[in-house]
Amino acid sequence: MIDREQVLHVARLARLRLTEEEVERMSGELSTILDHIEKIGELDLEEVEPTSHVVQVENVLRADEPRPSWARERMLGESPDATAVGFRVPSPGAG
Amino acid sequence: MSAEIVGLTAAQAAARVRAGELSASELFDAYLERAAAEDLNAFLWLAEEAPDPPADAPLGGVPLAVKDLFCVEDVPSAAGSRILEGYRPPYTATAVRNLRDAGATLLGKTNQDEFAMGSSNENSGYGPVHNPWDRERVPGGSSGGSAAAVAAGLAPWAIGTDTGGSIRQPAALCGIVGLKPTYGAVSRYGMISFASSLDQCGPLTRDVTDAALLLRHMVGRDRCDSTSLEFPEEVVQPSAERLAGMRFGVPPELSGEGIEPGVREVFESAVKTIEGLGGSLEEVSLPHSPHGIAAYYVIAPAEASANLARYDGVRYGPRTGDSDLTAMYEQTRHDGFGPEVRRRIMLGTYALSSGYYEAYYGRAQRVRTKIAEDFKAAFERVDLIVTPTSPTVAFKLGERTEDPLAMYMSDYCTVPMPLAGIPAISIPAGLSQRLPVGIQLAGPAFSENRILDSAYALEQAIGFEGVPVG
Amino acid sequence: MTTGAPTREYEPIIGLEMHVQLKTRTKMFCGCELSFGDEPNTHTCPVCLGHPGSLPVVNVRAVEYGLMIALALRCDIAPRSIFHRKNYFYPDLPKGYQISQYDIPLARGGRLGDVRIHRVHLEEDAAKLVHAGESGRIHGSEASIVDFNRGGTPLVEIVTEPDIRSPEEAAEFGRLLQATMRRMGVSDVNMEEGSLRADANVSIRPVGEASFGTKTELKNMNSWTFLRRGIQAELERQEEIVRSGGEVVQETLHFDPQAGTLSPLRSKEEAHDYRYFPEPDLVPLAPTEEMLERAGAAIPELPGERAQRFERDLGLPEETARVLAHRFELGDFYERAVSAGDGAANPKTLANWVRNELVPRLGDAEPEQWKVEPAALARLVALVGEKAVSQSAAKEVLDTLVSEGGDPQAIVDAKGLGRAGADELAEVVERALAENADAVEKIKAGQDKAIGAIVGAVMRETKGRADGGEVQRLIRQRLG
Repeated sequence: MIDREQVLHVARLARLRLTEEEVERMSGELSTILDHIEKIGELDLEEVEPTSHVVQVENVLRADEPRPSWARERMLGESPDATAVGFRVPSPGAG
Repeated sequence: MSAEIVGLTAAQAAARVRAGELSASELFDAYLERAAAEDLNAFLWLAEEAPDPPADAPLGGVPLAVKDLFCVEDVPSAAGSRILEGYRPPYTATAVRNLRDAGATLLGKTNQDEFAMGSSNENSGYGPVHNPWDRERVPGGSSGGSAAAVAAGLAPWAIGTDTGGSIRQPAALCGIVGLKPTYGAVSRYGMISFASSLDQCGPLTRDVTDAALLLRHMVGRDRCDSTSLEFPEEVVQPSAERLAGMRFGVPPELSGEGIEPGVREVFESAVKTIEGLGGSLEEVSLPHSPHGIAAYYVIAPAEASANLARYDGVRYGPRTGDSDLTAMYEQTRHDGFGPEVRRRIMLGTYALSSGYYEAYYGRAQRVRTKIAEDFKAAFERVDLIVTPTSPTVAFKLGERTEDPLAMYMSDYCTVPMPLAGIPAISIPAGLSQRLPVGIQLAGPAFSENRILDSAYALEQAIGFEGVPVG
Repeated sequence: MTTGAPTREYEPIIGLEMHVQLKTRTKMFCGCELSFGDEPNTHTCPVCLGHPGSLPVVNVRAVEYGLMIALALRCDIAPRSIFHRKNYFYPDLPKGYQISQYDIPLARGGRLGDVRIHRVHLEEDAAKLVHAGESGRIHGSEASIVDFNRGGTPLVEIVTEPDIRSPEEAAEFGRLLQATMRRMGVSDVNMEEGSLRADANVSIRPVGEASFGTKTELKNMNSWTFLRRGIQAELERQEEIVRSGGEVVQETLHFDPQAGTLSPLRSKEEAHDYRYFPEPDLVPLAPTEEMLERAGAAIPELPGERAQRFERDLGLPEETARVLAHRFELGDFYERAVSAGDGAANPKTLANWVRNELVPRLGDAEPEQWKVEPAALARLVALVGEKAVSQSAAKEVLDTLVSEGGDPQAIVDAKGLGRAGADELAEVVERALAENADAVEKIKAGQDKAIGAIVGAVMRETKGRADGGEVQRLIRQRLG
């Protein structure tokens, strides 16, 4: 099953902050769900190919022709923190 | 006057508009008025007025309700989530553009389970939706808002998305028609992603004729979506009166125990109707379908965990932490995502993580292959497969929120089809405890015309009196 | 330092990992134009900004260039390859994953020169993070600005086998790869601008052992010289650790070329669990016969092949052949000079002139700016061969050819640089002998080296228009 340490590790990978209560609850809920999911472990799937693509086409390619980009202002306008020219974030390694 | 207008199906209204008997703006205003006065929380945003549709348009100015996760340029599109609160996309989804080009006008954005994750519309960041048949009950999910709106006559028709049943199940719980097309038939460009290999856009309508009409203008290969395919034939108006010569298969795995008695009764009655119309019936096994839920709840969360990684407070949506980079990500995502979304991201991340990939994701993709093979084998013996859409009727709000697994299990009739990429429809077939029961018809890839035709014949024969308008 | 203990020899094990930005017109997965140095965030769209609902569509030319690279590197092209998502969080990665290729890449198993190629695959570049500077701080902490212009640029990643055995070999291989990419026109491969990025995986092992030691990764060295020095420094560091009984730790390092030091790089992602899975928004690549043929046809003669041809057909020594072949405009110039000469100019001599005299004079000038014509150089070399002009006078002529262009014979005539005639020379030699009596005595006494002073005098007098060997001969003749 999935224990507290694993929950914390996965939360870190997924950049989700969990409260202590959430960690505990998550651990229980995920364990229950995984219990059910693990039933697929009983099947014999040795010779079976995984379905990595649902549509059976290949080589869907786009011509290397430029089209106009979106206006900078419009795109920056959606950001919660932007300067006149770019998206602002806390520096990696700072703080 | 208004009541008469909203009593028309979309096809009927479109015909009246084209004939000049009804003005598009009158039609729009009638619906806008009803939608604005709703008490179901079906809508998250309403248009202020109808734009003029192109002249002679096949969908003639008939207003359309659009699930929140479809990006519409400059219109709030949040996929029912707080993490996209205030986001106005700089572009419009291809499916919506196609429908607008055909004359449909945007009435409003409908409520949904956050990022399409849910079967009850209780996971919305903007409050739950209520079933118009009984306001203390759920409409189903994740396209609960779209289903409720159509069922309550707040919109003539709507589009939603189906990943594990999110069009068909709410359609069944609300007593309307819902169709999930073949994977790849409708462009996903501009559809906020949940699970990329499963998501499909489809119609929610009052009757099968409307569903066919809407589907006809949605399908087609899109250059902006590498997984979209050309629909090999025109989607036509269904017209079948009988089902002679059609072979129907009933899988015991999806119609046996687990289906509540009232639903089973309606289902069996529908099956008899099929026979009465000349259809032949046989039992056909889908041996791996009992593992559909397990496979689905690995694959969908896994893809979702990656699809939702972009919600980080940098380029759009709110940001709630910024003391440092990690805080920005973690706080923003914690505050913006609801519990179900967080649960699925955790599940998906775990299933893909180092050491677990083969056991979970790898295996689930193999189960998926087997499920697809089961259908292929079945369709060599029958033309269509028929099952109940949902094992139960609409349940009460709050009834299943404490038990995520129980909520997931209720999808077991609908998840096998998206796993195999095949199309399926739900039509209302009767009532149980005075609540609608839906039955599902599924067919091989690109068999939508045949599905719609059979559904039409069945619908005419059943004569479901639905839609508690008012 | 321990004395008396047997010292083992360690050999370097080096592999290179290179990222080549492709010179397509648009990005890997959307139609935004590529740019360099443009105003930030002026080449973006919902796709390369990772907006909700956006989807990638593969650039056909990026695939073509990828195939060209794979063919040029003699790789086995996968009949079917797929894209994967590489998942991690960083502000320069808008989707929270990079679309790349994982265990089924475009091509595997090739060779360039003496180094085997492990794999070649396609992926998209990340955006650029710029220190905010004046754009201020966030709550007192430092901020960065993200510029998404670069985000989505098509990249080809080339990974070699750990076949390289010295820092010099690494730099040389790097230069050959760079020249090859440039020759094909698939990339600017400019290390300062970032269209070519090179990382090195470095480890050491005792000579004679078959297994590999722990390797470290050196990242982002932006010149071959820095690469060479960085690898050298790392080899020394590792050797010192191992000799003193320690163990090399796997880590990522940055080499500071100014200080000559190595320091650990702060890791970009958590624990390297990229959770790869097949990209569901894209379909597989299955290169058709037509695609392979077109890619193959687009490959011109590559530097490695050209160098071999120079050695084989023109008899050039390996070093010279390589220098001329790796700068293909130089190779082009040389070949035109060879054919213009009609055989009057010896190809080997011509090669030496190009390499030793022409190249330093051309400096950094771009080929479009070269004024000297290949035929002119060939004519000049022929004149030297005919002894119509001396070596040193010819160099003066070359100066003029490079700065102004023109015809060598005309320049010789105009400047009076023609070879000193026999009469003139005899006269000058006489005068020199007369003026350098003590040198003459020394020569007669057996100190042969004293001849240099007289030769020098003659050369000065004739302003270098005499051939040094000829002068010596005349002097000796005169002195008996």
